[in-house]
Amino acid sequence: MAETKEEPRIGVFICHCGTNIAGSLSIEEVKNYAETLDGVVVADEYQYMCSTPGQTKIIDAIKEHNLNGVVVAACSPRLHEPTFRTATEEGGLNKFRFEMANIREQNAWVHMHDWEGATIKAKDTVRMAVAKCRMLEDLQPKSVPVEHAALVLGAGVGGMQAALDLASAGIKTYLVEKLPTVGGRMSQLDKTFPTLDCSQCILTPKMVDVGRHPNIELRTYTEVEKVEGYIGNFTVTLRKKARGVLDPIEAEALGYVGGGCNGCGDCSEVCPVIKPNPFEMGMAPRKAIYIYHPQVMPLLYTIDFDSCVKCGLCVDACGPEKKAIDLDAVDTFEEIKVGTCILAIGYDYIPIEEKREWGYKQFDNVITGLEFERLICASGPTTGHLIRPSDGQTPKKVGFVLCAGSRDNTGGVNKPYCSRFCCMYCLKHAHQIMEKIPGAIPYLFYMDIRAFGKMYEEFYYRVQNEGAKFIRGRVANILEDPTTKNLTIYAEDTLLGRPVAMEMDMVVLAAAVQPKADAEKIRQMFGVSKSQDGWLLEAHPKLNPCGTTTAGIYLAGCCQGPKDVPDTVAQAEGAASAASIPIHSGEVQLEPYFAQCNDELCAGCGMCINLCPYGALDLIEKNGRTVMEVTEAKCKGCGTCGGFCPGGAITMQHFTSPQICAQIDAFLLKGEDY
Amino acid sequence: MTDEKWKPKIIAIICNWCSYAGADLAGGARIQYPPDVRAIRVMCSGRVDPLFIMKAFQDGADGMLISGCHFGDCHYLEGNYKCAKRMFLVKTLLKNIGLDDRRLRMTFVSASEGAKWGEVMEDVVKTVTELGPSPIKKYER
Repeated sequence: MAETKEEPRIGVFICHCGTNIAGSLSIEEVKNYAETLDGVVVADEYQYMCSTPGQTKIIDAIKEHNLNGVVVAACSPRLHEPTFRTATEEGGLNKFRFEMANIREQNAWVHMHDWEGATIKAKDTVRMAVAKCRMLEDLQPKSVPVEHAALVLGAGVGGMQAALDLASAGIKTYLVEKLPTVGGRMSQLDKTFPTLDCSQCILTPKMVDVGRHPNIELRTYTEVEKVEGYIGNFTVTLRKKARGVLDPIEAEALGYVGGGCNGCGDCSEVCPVIKPNPFEMGMAPRKAIYIYHPQVMPLLYTIDFDSCVKCGLCVDACGPEKKAIDLDAVDTFEEIKVGTCILAIGYDYIPIEEKREWGYKQFDNVITGLEFERLICASGPTTGHLIRPSDGQTPKKVGFVLCAGSRDNTGGVNKPYCSRFCCMYCLKHAHQIMEKIPGAIPYLFYMDIRAFGKMYEEFYYRVQNEGAKFIRGRVANILEDPTTKNLTIYAEDTLLGRPVAMEMDMVVLAAAVQPKADAEKIRQMFGVSKSQDGWLLEAHPKLNPCGTTTAGIYLAGCCQGPKDVPDTVAQAEGAASAASIPIHSGEVQLEPYFAQCNDELCAGCGMCINLCPYGALDLIEKNGRTVMEVTEAKCKGCGTCGGFCPGGAITMQHFTSPQICAQIDAFLLKGEDY
Repeated sequence: MTDEKWKPKIIAIICNWCSYAGADLAGGARIQYPPDVRAIRVMCSGRVDPLFIMKAFQDGADGMLISGCHFGDCHYLEGNYKCAKRMFLVKTLLKNIGLDDRRLRMTFVSASEGAKWGEVMEDVVKTVTELGPSPIKKYER
């Protein structure tokens, strides 16, 4: 085993963390015990080791006792390792001469009623940390330059805001959207609560801005194919799906000067294929060559090659000057290099039809909240006239089922979490019904009205005063009268404590939201974890809500959890700010947990080469022998190679085999009771 | 030896990104579990050399837990697969030297699964306690 050249001189510092730690185990005993350990020259304790006086204790002790190693027994290294590393450095030591013993998250907090067990565990943990600390070596972090560009995935309101912020901060930003247009869910909405701003009116300026910002490279109808690299140096492969329509720049590149799609729509007029328009929730038709709605950005038609019959009528209609249509278009690939990435991939609705008792897709007049948005929207399929899908009549009594699948632990499509914006959009819908249809009454079946935001509660009062009826209780089932197509809602009024049955002309389900179907694929490509409910996991729920555990990847909007528009925009601005920091600082420091090869031990077998997921290892000829060589810039320090090397030739810096074996030995062979 | 006060000695080698974070989350949520497991943090479960496991059992460990990310979630793409593959080998080795292979366990606990970490801890301690002290330790003594 490799011995450190110098005699170990270690200081152990134990944190009370108020009563967080001191309330569950004996700090005094641990401190006295630490003093007896081999190599420990000083042990100390303090109320809050992370405070300035606490850190000063460490810095002073390093100088006073000429320490060459520091152990702090406190919280998780995932929390305060950087703090104490800095203190170690300020004391004049290399910051990697520091080791942390986690006696809070994985001890005091989980053994609150076992004083003795927790104390023994803390002693063991300290002993193991000291054992590793004895063997720590000086390491130098590696500094790498950061690509002066960013990627934003998803061009909903969150993604657009993040891209605009990054671009305005002088960063070249690739804004990648899966659909043919930017805008996302918000462009489907009619009004926004509680101000009743027209959603499109406040969104389209942003859509136009992202289209013409000089620093934004807009990539619509494009998906991410592959992600490689690390913070500062991501290489992302984009798949530009075959659109079949050339934009003016592409057309010019092919020599059709003045050609390309200008959005005239002549092609769509002649197209014989009719399909439901998903933007209108299938309630309006579109052609095989289509735009979602008049405000699309970019204003470019798109061919749906799944339904296109390649009749060529559109090519003729487009004419020989524009030559915008290419029926033989294929997917193309583009490789971009970016320093940081923001994921803003949004959300989906649960398949609410699987809740058979509510009759969605069985009964014509049961619709979802998003379908209501399109029906009430002036630019929607009915030009803003709310009608019953069954007979085109104007509904007078409209039932709203809130928490349709949200806050429901019964499994299936149901979700245990609150979808957060349904209460407010149902209040808005109620207001719109009463505004547009004289004498119409909305009935809201709710569990709680969560009007949590600025001016939201006030809006709730307003809707109450306007005459909306609120029934506190969950809807059990909905039945349809086959002749009138009216619906009867069966529920329990929990305030009156009795069952109710009410006949409605129409029912709107406030369906729960869930992560996007492709969120799983995307998060695995970018190396982002997920929460228990499938939403993308932030680095810290309170203190790092935009970051992820993968450096250089940030989150914005509903992909991290359900959010309304203001929260999405706020998080997007936060994510943009966070993502711009490494880019503006120009370089990032990587932790030097690299693999190192000991040429004398390496037999050149090459087993490690196949194990490395990053292609960081190569076999080279050196002094007449075949040995492995590590490319540090590619090595991320997982240690998979080191865990396998049959000759023990690979050293994983800071997690060396001798260090880990020393921890094992320290626990099992050097305990008090052995 | 197997008196009531006997407590197993169990080592857990767990990855920084998922299981260690999950264990921290269990702490934040104050999920209570038995204090018999000592964790060693590595960056990835792929780092786990079979040597570490044999070393621990040679030293007299009663049980051993390796915990990483769920398949597909590995921070380093596939270290957990490679670790899991090695576990089959090591379990066979353990059986060959006469150790019950239930003393070695591999689990997959994500950063959001604090409650699951608590369950794993309960279960590992229970399993190893039922198996009793490692025969290797007995032999050495």
